[in-house]
Amino acid sequence: MTRLLMFACLAAALAFGAPALADDTMPPAPYAYRQLDDPKLEAKAQSLMETIRCLTCQSQSIADSDASMAGDMRSQIRERIAAGEQPEAIRQWLIQRYGDYITYTPRVTRLTWPLFAAPLFILLIAALLLRKRFRRSAGAESNENEAGA
Amino acid sequence: MSETAAPSGPRLARWLPLALFGLFALVVTWGLVHPKDDTVPSRFVGQPLPAFQLAAATDGKPGLATADFAGKPKLLNVFASWCIPCAAEAPQLAQLAAEGVEINGVAIRDHKEDLAVFLARNGNPYARIGADNLGKVQLAIGSSGVPETFVIDGKGVIRYQHIGDIRPEDVPMLLGKLREAGQ
Repeated sequence: MTRLLMFACLAAALAFGAPALADDTMPPAPYAYRQLDDPKLEAKAQSLMETIRCLTCQSQSIADSDASMAGDMRSQIRERIAAGEQPEAIRQWLIQRYGDYITYTPRVTRLTWPLFAAPLFILLIAALLLRKRFRRSAGAESNENEAGA
Repeated sequence: MSETAAPSGPRLARWLPLALFGLFALVVTWGLVHPKDDTVPSRFVGQPLPAFQLAAATDGKPGLATADFAGKPKLLNVFASWCIPCAAEAPQLAQLAAEGVEINGVAIRDHKEDLAVFLARNGNPYARIGADNLGKVQLAIGSSGVPETFVIDGKGVIRYQHIGDIRPEDVPMLLGKLREAGQ
């Protein structure tokens, strides 16, 4: 009985809750939820779609999002890959329009180079510090004993 | 360790965690004062409009193509009947149209009937409305949502992008951008 009541509540929530969302009622774009027939091309499209940011849900990729705009983007990417376009060319096309923010594959630019340089810098500092410590312990045996104790 | 170096070294180290915490608190405060900006501006500002041809989205207004932007500077308004802020900006669009601005609409994923109801309720300031049912034009001009308004100059070059609904205070700004695009 309680299960039936829960089901009724859920059905009511779905029926009356949905129109509150401001979203379109058009059917999804042709290739939004349909894979390409050629598995090789579909794999190409899929790997690109997983690294393109959804503009509606900005922490998701368009492969993960059900936003209608993400569906439109998936459909367009699949159609263009089926037409023989290379995934990287499509990525560049999107970057030209939305900037680097659209892609999840960061490039080294004037803005992003510290991200790539910081780990190297930290490793370098660590190496210098360790070298100092090893030298010191090698120089004074008593210190080494203290550290080991 | 030499005796002279001993007092200054640890004393500085003692303050280091507090200094780091202070830095952390500053960063957090800065993040609270400056909220995250979610807008994704189009990098296509300054580029000519890509070639497109859209069918009429509603009866009574023609569809929209790139060639329709020849002549004087015009507005390209990306909107939809299912978008609530689009209804909020309708009075401002009407005001711009009354000032003699030609506004061309791109309706995103919209049914003809829904659009007719929307235009009847909120007014129709558009000279033309193209139906972009697959978001193709939206993607081609780097628009990331609805509503967005682009200033297009007489040569068909995108000169300015306004993200979000047009507020009353944005109207003089857009008129200024249109004047700039006409020079």
